[in-house]
Amino acid sequence: MYIFNINLNALFQILFLPKIPLNMADIAQLKKLCTQVRRDIVRMVHAVNSGHPGGSLGCVEYFVALYSHIMKHKPEAFAMDGKGEDLFFLSNGHISPVFYSVLARSGYFPVDELKTFRKLNTRLQGHPTTHEHLPGVRVASGSLGQGMSVAIGAALTKKLNGDKNIVYSLHGDGELQEGQIWEAAMFAAANKVDNYIAAVDYNGRQIDGDVDNILSLGNLKAKFEAFGWQTLEVAEGNDLEKVIAGIKNAQSYLGKGKPVMILLRTEMGFGVDYMMGTHKWHGKAPNDEQLKTALAQLEETIGDY
Amino acid sequence: MLIETMTTKFTFTEKKDTRSGFGAGLLEIGKQNANVVALCADLTESLKMDAFAKEFPDRFFQVGVAEANMIGIAAGLTIGGKIPFTGTFANFSTGRVYDQIRQSVAYSGKNVKICASHAGLTLGEDGATHQILEDIGLMKMLPGMTVINTCDFNQTKAATIAIAKHNGPVYLRFGRPSVPNFTPADQKFEIGKAIKLIEGTDVTIIATGHLVWKAIEAEAMLAQLGISVEVINIHTIKPLDEAAILKSIAKTKCVVTAEEHQMNGGLGDSVAQLLARHSPTPQEFVAVNDSFGESGTPDELMKKYGLDVSDIVSAVNKVVKRK
Repeated sequence: MYIFNINLNALFQILFLPKIPLNMADIAQLKKLCTQVRRDIVRMVHAVNSGHPGGSLGCVEYFVALYSHIMKHKPEAFAMDGKGEDLFFLSNGHISPVFYSVLARSGYFPVDELKTFRKLNTRLQGHPTTHEHLPGVRVASGSLGQGMSVAIGAALTKKLNGDKNIVYSLHGDGELQEGQIWEAAMFAAANKVDNYIAAVDYNGRQIDGDVDNILSLGNLKAKFEAFGWQTLEVAEGNDLEKVIAGIKNAQSYLGKGKPVMILLRTEMGFGVDYMMGTHKWHGKAPNDEQLKTALAQLEETIGDY
Repeated sequence: MLIETMTTKFTFTEKKDTRSGFGAGLLEIGKQNANVVALCADLTESLKMDAFAKEFPDRFFQVGVAEANMIGIAAGLTIGGKIPFTGTFANFSTGRVYDQIRQSVAYSGKNVKICASHAGLTLGEDGATHQILEDIGLMKMLPGMTVINTCDFNQTKAATIAIAKHNGPVYLRFGRPSVPNFTPADQKFEIGKAIKLIEGTDVTIIATGHLVWKAIEAEAMLAQLGISVEVINIHTIKPLDEAAILKSIAKTKCVVTAEEHQMNGGLGDSVAQLLARHSPTPQEFVAVNDSFGESGTPDELMKKYGLDVSDIVSAVNKVVKRK
């Protein structure tokens, strides 16, 4: 009898979807990459005494999963048009440190260039831009709420071009307070943009405090479902294997007439103890002493830039 | 009245709205180039985009009353080679979505064509909420943005086709009322190129959009008064054809600019800046003087807000005395 009480969809996933082609060694390597990316993030923001470490640290597993395992992409031959590739759009552009680190460590540009972050004449602007021609970036972001519309446009072009690749985007939860997000959400469902997987960095914190206290999002899952999205949750957004499984699960819903949303429960500041459990490290850099403390918690695995 | 007996140097056989020129141009370039796509925010008939929508349903996106989303989607559509044309009223094409245009289109260098109808006072009875008079200024301030304001049906059609072949963001501004269709149907539209309509020696009138025909009428009246007027049509406000303007001013030594826009931020502003840098010259401005519009017929509004033929004539009489 119990069989009827379990999640049949989950059972289907377990039984019929191809197994994640990752062995323990692969997972161990990706986890090392996560740790190295975290070192990059705190070192980058410390070096210029500015930037956004909190959300960056919380989204490391998502970025590493996407760029190092999930996406079909061509880091060494970046083309703005992205034909025949999966595409990713960062809508909450302030978490540029994690984006830049993962792009560099995926081969889009030299890792050494991370040291130019936010400095004069850099391609690694405070918020991502195409303007300085940094490989891997396809639209500027920073002013919030715009990336979902852009991702939808790119997904529509893929359909028009008969390109079967997938479009991904990431948004902050605070960002969902922007009205344009909901214009885009309405459009994507009404127009069956089903080659698109959006994700929300659902860490519950924004600059001024907890999202619930600033402007509550209410029942976010119910909201996206009511807007016509296939809405999934990843309860442990800082567990690499669960994030990978969550994105693969999202892929199984593509091509079925609905856009797909992943609500990714993350911890702002994950990996650096004093940055966790608070909104205070949303957009603040660690000082020398704090950097030392942070790096002591993050082993240098692949090698610092 | 004297003006009614004037014979202008240009003739026309019909009056047509510039927005229909856009619709015709969009359909034509849509047939020529399969990468041309169009988006509209619930104003398909007003923008005359219905023919394109009917002919190419798969390449037309009705986005509903959601202009910010429309601009963002247009930016995304360019990734993979599409050439998106967005359509809504000028007010909702610019002021309402300024940050979306700034970040997702202009700063991102996306090949989006922002096409804006019902610009200015000639929108008429709907009133000031819809009569944007600041859009040229807003758009020309954005780095890399091309800004075009066309004067009749044929020019608008030709411009629509031309901007599809130009790689980069463009703001194309046109309007609602029927105006004399006097430029050639087979014209070659060159972005950034001024058109000298009438040769003269005493004063240069530089006009854009709906003020171009009024400038032609003003020239006829001024010729009767013995003033030799050079009339230049500037359809591209940015990049401005500086050489053509400087050449004309070197001859006439004074200038009147005429546009259906605020004086601040408009064509006159661009011309004044050019002249201040290269050749300080007496200039008068036929433009709206720091004011919102109101409800009324287009003709009534153009008179009340100082954008009529008589206003151009007065400005010329004033500026020639300042030489």
